[in-house]
Amino acid sequence: MAADLPPSTSLQPPTNKRLDWRTIPWWLVAIGLIIAFMGFRIISDPEYTRIFETILTGLGTTLMVTGISFICALILGLVLGLGRVSRNLILRNLSIGYIEFIRGVPILVLIFTISFAIVPALSDWITINGQKLTVSLTARAIIALVLIYAAYIAEIFRAGIESISRGQMEAARSLGMTHGQAMRYVILPQAFRNVLPALGNDLIAILKDSSLVSVLGVREITQVSRLSVSSSFKYEETYFILTAFYLTMTLVLSLLLQWLQRKMSSNVH
Amino acid sequence: MSTKLANSNQPMISINKVSKFFGDFRALDEVSLTVDRGEVLMIVGPSGSGKSTLLRCINHLEVPDAGEIMIDGKHVTPKERELNAIRAEVGMVFQRFELFPHLTVLENICLAQQKVRKSSRSESEKIARSLLEKVGIPEQANKYPPKLSGGQQQRVAIARSLAMQPKVILFDEPTSALDPEMINEVLDVMLTLASEGMTMVVVSHEMGFARKAAHQVVFMDGGTIVEQGTPDQVFGAPQHERTKLFLSRILH
Repeated sequence: MAADLPPSTSLQPPTNKRLDWRTIPWWLVAIGLIIAFMGFRIISDPEYTRIFETILTGLGTTLMVTGISFICALILGLVLGLGRVSRNLILRNLSIGYIEFIRGVPILVLIFTISFAIVPALSDWITINGQKLTVSLTARAIIALVLIYAAYIAEIFRAGIESISRGQMEAARSLGMTHGQAMRYVILPQAFRNVLPALGNDLIAILKDSSLVSVLGVREITQVSRLSVSSSFKYEETYFILTAFYLTMTLVLSLLLQWLQRKMSSNVH
Repeated sequence: MSTKLANSNQPMISINKVSKFFGDFRALDEVSLTVDRGEVLMIVGPSGSGKSTLLRCINHLEVPDAGEIMIDGKHVTPKERELNAIRAEVGMVFQRFELFPHLTVLENICLAQQKVRKSSRSESEKIARSLLEKVGIPEQANKYPPKLSGGQQQRVAIARSLAMQPKVILFDEPTSALDPEMINEVLDVMLTLASEGMTMVVVSHEMGFARKAAHQVVFMDGGTIVEQGTPDQVFGAPQHERTKLFLSRILH
């Protein structure tokens, strides 16, 4: 989804004003046409309109689950990533152990395990006003996505930190800064900029994987579609529209991230 | 009176039987050396001779495996807090400048003042601007380092280390990553510092700088000091075969 666009025409000599057919992103045109065609069917066909409106009721949940999960996974991922490169033996091994554990198990299995085994086991221990804590399925879905994606994002941060040359740390330390200060003011700001594209890819990946929490019965767009199909039996229409939903969102995000990246790299330096 | 005298006679840096291994490779073999206050010491030698390792041991960027190092009467230890305090007083200038590319020139010079010395923003900027004046590039204050030429970047790096008001500055091949036409602008700044009485340890092969500013030259090879003396002694009348061979290679 995040494939690079061909170089923009502004990079070419100014004399060449004619649009070169080779520089047109044909794949984007094709996907755009598919989405436009689905849009046309939704407007013109009442059956499609009805299904579209049904799926739309789950969009808020999809976006909320994606957004909250991504932000929390960023924070936990940064903590784990810092632990991953820590000189502290215990911290480092805990972080590596956690990351390898998560990455060694399929996401779908983890969603089941976290939602139906780990969260209930933990919530049994917590009582509020004499009542046992109940965690909603949506909250369990978010917890699962956060715990899973934090491990993947931690690896991104680790790579980002390791991409900054050793000399930067040495320069900061030779000025008398502590390891923590050097990390915070010198290494992390540079690492963060380097990993922005990879983080963007993970945002798109969480958006797509939020469909997996439909197995918990969370009413996001995939679950809403499945429920709709089970009574209407309109398989073709429903799943084509659902596909168009995801495709539109990932495409918009991907283009937005590319634009952001180009803006950042032209702003500084 | 007598304690004051003793204090000022005490060397700025004293290195006592320092050894360093990288795996089985002996990078430094019981090296001892002293640098007096205001002295400019130059270290020359072929690559792999241990000269950079020795320099990096002084502020513990490399921790020696044996021996001890004193700076201004204080032991350089691996203990975090004490080490940070010592490092704040020992400037270091790197071959590849190592400016912080995400900060402006001014911010590069202010960062450690504010975070380590806890100076105010206005105070640190005042010092930064006067130092940029000193190294001759006040107009570059708000640019980002990658926009500057190599010579300008190295002068910013020198200003950055001066901002901490160091007692010593260590130079690790400060001109070897520079295009030839930019070497002199950096050497001129270094000559100024030397004439102002800054204690400097310089790893470099710049003969011109050595003849103009160095008080003492050390020739290293194989992790040991082979020969040391004034520039005229070491460059003019080297005693050892290895020194002669090395000099004949870099002079021609």
